[in-house]
Amino acid sequence: MRRRFSPGTDSVRYVDAAGPSRGAESLAWPWVVGALAIALVALALYALGSGRFHLPLGEVLRMLAGAQDVPPAAETVLWQIRGPRVLAVIVVGAALAASGAALQSVFRNPLAAPDLLGVSAGAALGAVLGIFLGWSAIVIQASAFAGGLAAVALVYAVGTVLPLRDRTLSLVLAGIAIGSMLGALIALVKTLADPYAQLPAITFWLLGSFASITAVDVALLALLAALGLVPLVLMRWRADALALSDDEVHALGLRLPALRLALVCGATLATSATVAAAGVIGWIGLVVPHAARLMVGASFARTLPVSMLLGALLMLLIDTLGRSIGQSEVPPGVLTALVGAPVLFALMLRRADG
Amino acid sequence: MAELLRTRALAFGYDRRALTEPIDLALHPGEIVVVLGPNGAGKSTLFRTLLGSVAALSGTVFWGGCALAELAPRELAARVAWVPQQPGAAFDFCVEHYVMLGRLGRLAAGAAPGRGDREAVSRAIDRLGLGRFRGRPLSKMSGGERQLAAIARALAQQASTLLLDEPTASLDFGNQGRVLDTLRSLAADGLGIAYATHDPNHALRAGTHALVYLPDGAIAFAPVGELIEPELLTRVYGARVEAARTADGRTVFTLADATLAHRAGSPRADAGPRQAGEG
Repeated sequence: MRRRFSPGTDSVRYVDAAGPSRGAESLAWPWVVGALAIALVALALYALGSGRFHLPLGEVLRMLAGAQDVPPAAETVLWQIRGPRVLAVIVVGAALAASGAALQSVFRNPLAAPDLLGVSAGAALGAVLGIFLGWSAIVIQASAFAGGLAAVALVYAVGTVLPLRDRTLSLVLAGIAIGSMLGALIALVKTLADPYAQLPAITFWLLGSFASITAVDVALLALLAALGLVPLVLMRWRADALALSDDEVHALGLRLPALRLALVCGATLATSATVAAAGVIGWIGLVVPHAARLMVGASFARTLPVSMLLGALLMLLIDTLGRSIGQSEVPPGVLTALVGAPVLFALMLRRADG
Repeated sequence: MAELLRTRALAFGYDRRALTEPIDLALHPGEIVVVLGPNGAGKSTLFRTLLGSVAALSGTVFWGGCALAELAPRELAARVAWVPQQPGAAFDFCVEHYVMLGRLGRLAAGAAPGRGDREAVSRAIDRLGLGRFRGRPLSKMSGGERQLAAIARALAQQASTLLLDEPTASLDFGNQGRVLDTLRSLAADGLGIAYATHDPNHALRAGTHALVYLPDGAIAFAPVGELIEPELLTRVYGARVEAARTADGRTVFTLADATLAHRAGSPRADAGPRQAGEG
């Protein structure tokens, strides 16, 4: 797409020196954001209405506008059940995709993702421990964040110590090793858990679920995810410098350790919040930033918002599908993996094409 | 003339082992220092030390009169821009965005590039004749074009000095000439430039001064005309270098043909390869 516009860019070069910099890529960019935003709103409206208790679109719109003369059952379904759920799905999808995009920048690797670097597993262990010990929801959140941060710090430390020249490879290897260790610890907690009261909750929760989300959960999730996104938004331009070598980043006048730390902490906080609220949901953080880069180019300032919109859209699509295709709900983690793996494969094939 | 770069008794290396004797060099606007030396002699390490990526073992680096240790990253970036040996990026940016990276050190946290930044990027791109490639991804560029894009990025940084590590290393003949001519014209604009190369002919084509790594850790720093001659190059590379003249009177260096030398019975300076290995 981009290259098709380049002759046009050339012809305006002599008219205005600053003009062509807003050429080819940015032509498509506002359209992509606009189209994704419209699709997200449309799908959210549909998701609010669809389900066992059907709400017609007109009624959903009237209730959102503040109408009082609606059946109490419809009110309950919209404001207590589906509203929080749809909101949570959107926040989780956006936060996971944003975290993935940030981690891919930090680790200079398009294959980095919260699930690959142990963030998700660490957060999961923290949350599973919380369930096992019967902690309150807020403490489970905190324990998930602590677990995620500890895991990524451990991965970073081990990856730095490994005597490999390729630092990306050593980090990914460390992530795999520590991820499986955390998996073992999670399995240990599961064997210790009460098989009737706790185990089903843990198992179901590890696959990820939006079924039991309350308005309070959503508020906490949105707050923590937004907090995690702050450094990502602030660093949206500088993050691209990380694609260069360490020496180059330094010579550009940037403080590399601070930049890395800010992005990793932000991504970890956002990911942990999603894990504590809805369990481990893989693939979104890996696949969505890829798709975003294909759509609007590699600039993080563009891939970040596009990833968030696309992640929210994909997550909402998967959740709406998951609660309407079967008798019982299909956990979102199952569907993201089933959809994500082939999508990733297709993306890689397209990339190989040129 | 204002001094861009000066080193005082600068010793550099790794693990507290200096690679050469202490270096005293100076760079002024319009000058091009060509760094010549055998493989592994420490040309890249010198650059990394000048940039502060590696701590100096002893001595001091001054950028525009300020000691390197006292410069904040942003202040250093205003004084010197760096072009690595094989420029590239982990993500496939288009040329325009890649050049924009040179502006990042100047942006406040959270700020987006403004009109001034876009103009600086535009000027840098036009200066290197990359106007046609603005929207082209780096992956679709040749090695020479990518090298030019990296120089454009350094220009967009608007530093007064450019350091380049073997900018011609992986380029074909024509592109080598293009990069060298570009460096010469940038120096004519008043920039100070230092670059490393393996080809002593480059010193003659685009160089005012030469910094040469001699055997046994000795260093020579002098104007090109006083320094670069066949005997010195023979010592540096451990292989006999001869000078020839082109029809238009320029000097070119070439390696003596070893097989011919053997046939003529003249012994070669065989100490060379061993020294290169030690360095």
